[in-house]
Amino acid sequence: MLNHAARTLLARRAVQAVQPTALGRFYAAQRSGLSSLVYVETKGSGFDEGALNAITAARALSGPVTAVVAGSEAAAVAKAVAKIDGIDKVVVAQDAAYDHALPETTAALLKALQEKEGATHVFAPHSAAGKNVMPRLAALLDSQQISDIVGIEGEDTFVRPVYAGNAIATVKSSDPIKVVTVRTAAFPAAAASGAAAAPEEAAPAVKAESLSKWLKEDVVKSERPDLAAAKRVVSGGRAVKSAEGFKIIYELADKIGAGVGASRAAVDAGYCDNSLQ
Amino acid sequence: MSSLRILVGVKRVIDSAVKVRVNSAQTGVETANVKHSMNPFDEIAVEEALRLREKHGADTVKEIVVLSCGPAKAQETLRTALAMGADRSIHVKTDDALEPLSVAKLLTKVVGADKPDHVLLGKHAIVDDAHQTGQMLAGLLNWPQATFASKVDVNGRTLEVVREVDGGLETVSAALPAIVTTVMRLIEPRYASLPNIMKAKKKPLTTVTPADLGVEIRSRLQTLKVVEPPKRQGGKVLASVDELLDKLRNEAKVL
Repeated sequence: MLNHAARTLLARRAVQAVQPTALGRFYAAQRSGLSSLVYVETKGSGFDEGALNAITAARALSGPVTAVVAGSEAAAVAKAVAKIDGIDKVVVAQDAAYDHALPETTAALLKALQEKEGATHVFAPHSAAGKNVMPRLAALLDSQQISDIVGIEGEDTFVRPVYAGNAIATVKSSDPIKVVTVRTAAFPAAAASGAAAAPEEAAPAVKAESLSKWLKEDVVKSERPDLAAAKRVVSGGRAVKSAEGFKIIYELADKIGAGVGASRAAVDAGYCDNSLQ
Repeated sequence: MSSLRILVGVKRVIDSAVKVRVNSAQTGVETANVKHSMNPFDEIAVEEALRLREKHGADTVKEIVVLSCGPAKAQETLRTALAMGADRSIHVKTDDALEPLSVAKLLTKVVGADKPDHVLLGKHAIVDDAHQTGQMLAGLLNWPQATFASKVDVNGRTLEVVREVDGGLETVSAALPAIVTTVMRLIEPRYASLPNIMKAKKKPLTTVTPADLGVEIRSRLQTLKVVEPPKRQGGKVLASVDELLDKLRNEAKVL
């Protein structure tokens, strides 16, 4: 349901849409209604690769896909993000307030950008940062977020696992703005195939207090791929019988460069850590 | 240290050991005659509140209130939390389906009325696996949030929280009032002893409805269908490492 302000805005854009420029095409596409933001989590001068899978998900819908890059090194990250296939525009928020995906500031930024761009969809990977930031954003947009999707069947219809994957649900959202986190393993990563870089634009300054403060991190630097993102996984179940037994699983995984996983039974029995389930 | 009142949200869910089955109509999972219990992450949240009181003393943690939104049976879960050691409970009674956004809105009203300093929630319910309610509540209240907490320390009016993130841990600090959501790590929830179960029967349980709180429950998501995941192929016991290598290379093509 569009309020008066939104209808006026769309009407104004319809008039502007006669322009043949890229920006004009951008506004023209907006008239069809759909437009997606994708939150790209910056990590220093790099970015979380889960965004590539979220971009693929966003591209399943019609309409422009705008990447949001925020952090103290956002300008550098934006140059790489602008080259990703399917990105129509990159919005750059160069500000340390967005480092470490601090949810209070990041959600406020995404809300401001959703309003400015008139985005109908906001995507992020179902990563630690995505899980932390997106529901806060969804509440600010009065939208019931759809988490951890494995499929898209329409602009309002998504497929997602429930009950720890023991059932797969197809849900249809009636919210005008959809906030969606994406299971990265379910969507291929968008490539950067060398086409022209998308235009970049600076994000508006957003007044949001930094309510929490990041102090430090303790990242386990492992060569082993993360379970959710690994192409291959060696998995152990209750038959492994002990934590000692799991050593073989780790050795095989490391030999072939696979991730390590475990059944709930093995985790509950203490053979390995809960994060492998 | 100034005193704190802690609110813990708990949810009654299908027990984690139950093998969940999709119903024949493919509209949901079988819930009738299936064992239910407190969401395991919520047990951790209750335990965390109790340990904060044990660590800092009853003068600092003045009250632990537990809350649950749902039908009449939600009271069983509240009684369990009271038996573990919570002081009083609030039941927001409704038979309507509750999405995380609705729960967050109900909690926002309770927080506004009850004014706790600190709200603890499980990081997700093993039902819809949404991982949303705590963050949504924090957004609606404009409070700081510290999700996936594996360790919480209180220093006066500041929380220092160790959070699980992809690939490791990070430490954040936040001023109270704040929302924390808990993971399954480090702490074992206690079992309620029989004397505590008996004592729990006398502890206050207040019931309110969404209408009392001025919240209209409206589902935004319609479940079109629920199906079982694709069936896994049967496993095979292999005779030798060579056979394993052959199958991985030639059949599964992963090597």
